[in-house]
Amino acid sequence: MHELSIAMSIVDMAQEEAERRNLQVDAVHLELGALSGVVKEALLFSYGVACDGTLLEGSRLVVKDVPIEVFCPTCNVPKTLTSMQWFHCPDCGAATSEILHGKELVITALELKQ
Amino acid sequence: MTTEPRLLEVRKNVLKQNDVLARALRDRFRAQNTSVISLVSSPGAGKTTLLERTLTLLRERYRIAALVGDLATENDAQRLARSGVPVKQIVTGTVCHLEAAMVERALDGWDVGQLDLLFVENVGNLVCPASYDLGEDLRLVMLSVTEGEDKPLKYPTIFNSADAAVITKCDLAAAVDFDERAALANIQAVRPGMPVFLLSAKSGEGIDNYLEFLTRRLHRRRSDAADENIAPAEVH
Repeated sequence: MHELSIAMSIVDMAQEEAERRNLQVDAVHLELGALSGVVKEALLFSYGVACDGTLLEGSRLVVKDVPIEVFCPTCNVPKTLTSMQWFHCPDCGAATSEILHGKELVITALELKQ
Repeated sequence: MTTEPRLLEVRKNVLKQNDVLARALRDRFRAQNTSVISLVSSPGAGKTTLLERTLTLLRERYRIAALVGDLATENDAQRLARSGVPVKQIVTGTVCHLEAAMVERALDGWDVGQLDLLFVENVGNLVCPASYDLGEDLRLVMLSVTEGEDKPLKYPTIFNSADAAVITKCDLAAAVDFDERAALANIQAVRPGMPVFLLSAKSGEGIDNYLEFLTRRLHRRRSDAADENIAPAEVH
């Protein structure tokens, strides 16, 4: 359960940005990869706790799930995996461990109060 | 009238602080020619027992030290110290994983450049350590035969963050009906091509292959580093 410390990092980074630009933040947008090692539900719960008493109190965390994309050495193109338990090309079945996407844990945007 | 939300685009890696520090540690270890190997597993898979054996078997040939992370107690450091190599305990308190900053702090006062090998034993946990790079060259994920063959399928993220797998407690395999073929297939399903070592730190079975893998990697890295050092001379 390291989601609380991740949530606190998200709040710190967003707050720093908000203070620097003098903004009021309504929501933080986050890309969350399936291989990031972070559980979305636990993160959403922790986010509310982490926001308490900060400039972001009352703001939302909007999570965009990022699926695992690998490079298939046989098809020679990126492919999206349908299962985390099978690192093989969904089309030709070739094994691959070259991960292109899925480890993201990235703040992509701040949604500002209207 | 609905208004579009006002979005300010930013792109910030949440773990950047850890990643930057881990990269700096990796650069430092490389420059000092120190090979760093970390161990991750669930609690009770046998990290400390394997590490104790590893330190004892390698200490004559290499200059070694170890860091060991736990939520509480110095028990593991005391066990590992019996091997006679320098050991430092990292007590994380409530934190369920090691972070690069903890490794950096623990190294304070040690002359890392004097080491050939540094082992870092993570907190027993198959979830959280996956997110944190520690600056290691090699991450070993361990699974004991008593845990069930489907551990890799249940924790694909940690297996994907590791470079090699070690199946421990093989002396108990028959007693718990361990299905070796299924375990190996599951590891290859989530991490194709991953090297796997089956061993028992207690009986010593399989230890030689695993030690050879570690030391071969160390020597290969050394020769790569030597080549890199020669490279600029060849340019002129």
